[in-house]
Amino acid sequence: MRNNPLSSIAIHSVLILYSLLALFPLVLIAINSFKSKKGIFRDPMALPLGDLYSSKGYQSVLANGDFPLYFGNSLIVTLISLVFILLLGAMAAHALTEFRFKGNGLLGLYLILGIMVPIRLGTVALLELFVKLGLTNTLTALVLVYTAQGLPIAIFIFTEFLKSVSGEIKDSARIDGLSEYRIFFEVVLPLIRPVIATVAVFSMIPIWNDLWFPLILSPGEGTRTVTLGIQQFIGQYTVNWSAVLAALSVAIMPVLVMYVIFSKQLIRGITAGAVKG
Amino acid sequence: MTRSGWRGYIVFFLAPATLIYTIFAIYPIAESLRLSLFAERDSAALFVGFDNYQKLFTEPYWAEQFWNAFKNNVWLFVLHMLIQNPIALALAAILSIPNLRGAATYRTIFFLPTLLSVVVIGFIWQLILSPLWGITPAFMNFIGAGSFFAPWLGLESSALTTVTLISIWQYVGIPMMLFYAALLNIPEETLEAARIDGLNGWWIFWKVKLPLILPTLGLVGILTYIGNFTASFDLIYTLQGGLAGPNGSTDVMGTFMFRTFFGFQAQLGDVNMGATVASSLFFIILLGVSVYLFGVQRRLQRYQA
Repeated sequence: MRNNPLSSIAIHSVLILYSLLALFPLVLIAINSFKSKKGIFRDPMALPLGDLYSSKGYQSVLANGDFPLYFGNSLIVTLISLVFILLLGAMAAHALTEFRFKGNGLLGLYLILGIMVPIRLGTVALLELFVKLGLTNTLTALVLVYTAQGLPIAIFIFTEFLKSVSGEIKDSARIDGLSEYRIFFEVVLPLIRPVIATVAVFSMIPIWNDLWFPLILSPGEGTRTVTLGIQQFIGQYTVNWSAVLAALSVAIMPVLVMYVIFSKQLIRGITAGAVKG
Repeated sequence: MTRSGWRGYIVFFLAPATLIYTIFAIYPIAESLRLSLFAERDSAALFVGFDNYQKLFTEPYWAEQFWNAFKNNVWLFVLHMLIQNPIALALAAILSIPNLRGAATYRTIFFLPTLLSVVVIGFIWQLILSPLWGITPAFMNFIGAGSFFAPWLGLESSALTTVTLISIWQYVGIPMMLFYAALLNIPEETLEAARIDGLNGWWIFWKVKLPLILPTLGLVGILTYIGNFTASFDLIYTLQGGLAGPNGSTDVMGTFMFRTFFGFQAQLGDVNMGATVASSLFFIILLGVSVYLFGVQRRLQRYQA
């Protein structure tokens, strides 16, 4: 199969065709975001060169003024949640695999229940809880929810991975007299590095892209995330196509950058057996 | 080391995760289940047993919306299973061909739409399919099918299927990655043995690889099921609004739950009925997960052994 040039051409045709299908919508938006409304309608497939080029769309996005704030909010929420998910998840997984105690198995099962039962189903009670705590319209509420949402998957992947790692390193560290805390930070954390990227990407994407919780828990002007901000912005500017397309392009960029940075490690983590099904 | 010493470490490592998870994930779900058994009478909570459920399933105003949303969710699930997952499997199978040139690049491209916000994806497709912009009609004229164009998102008969196809376009990357990882994990010796037996690539895929990745097929199935019942909210809210138009034809459990809880236009929000919708959804998901854990997964494991 590998050596047959005909089937090789067929395979690459299929792959290229699907690549076009996956990329075409994104490229279309990106090139048209640099055109004026006239250009967008007159010549949608052309590159934004010569008199087609216009940066008006981006200017009106920037003039709106709130996007840096939205980006900041999303960045804060995503990063802090991510740190909590990775650190607390790794700590829990370490305890579950390292210490034998009564109820260990049951607690492990309890902690990964959340993979199967989406936290969104508790939205009604979550909102009441945050009202009581006085945390509505704060980024803290989002961080807490996303941490709780991300922990089960992180604990599951870390536990599976730690089970496959030999305990000898930890035992020799113990003989060397390292405290349990130092063993975790100096031995276990470096040990799980291969799957950290996988957990990070899989936790990060749903947080950055979420519309549900920002819409319900923190819709206020000052705490809007990018996803919610874009949703509202586009709702207001449906006639200003240049601005809409520019806003969409702006929203795509950060995720794209994160993906490019993490993609190699992500694949390595997945194929290293972190996700075995 | 003393027993109490160990206990200190166990608490230190486990308590933070367990606490946050219990307070902000498990408690709200349990509390929603509890709220579904109460109703507000004269601004006081009154225990009403399963009255809310009875109302939801039998009172025309509620039952119509509930079964409509449920039916739409089932259609969404069926389409994802019939279109998304086979495409994902085919792409993963091709990508896992040894020494395929450009495999990493293709993989990156195929996964790209998955990364983006549903809000962004929704608007992009809305623009592309819009009769106003004319991208799609022009393309269809080009391939000689111009007369088949219709504003699909705006028609009751085609809106839900169109939304589903957009979702498939976006999320095909996730099952693809899972299949891909499973295919790469098949030991080389197994494949070598099949080759020595004289099987060609096509037969190896059907007779050797596919049976070996059956557990992943099961996992993808249940993940599709869960995602379809909860995550479909974002896309439909973005594309069709909270009323999930035209005329409720794209309403799913997520949008229904949102409207019930918060109210929409003339309809007032109702916390207890919102909790009832959420709890019904909880039992629907629980049913699916149980079928998976006790039916599908067991059988697959027996097949493996």
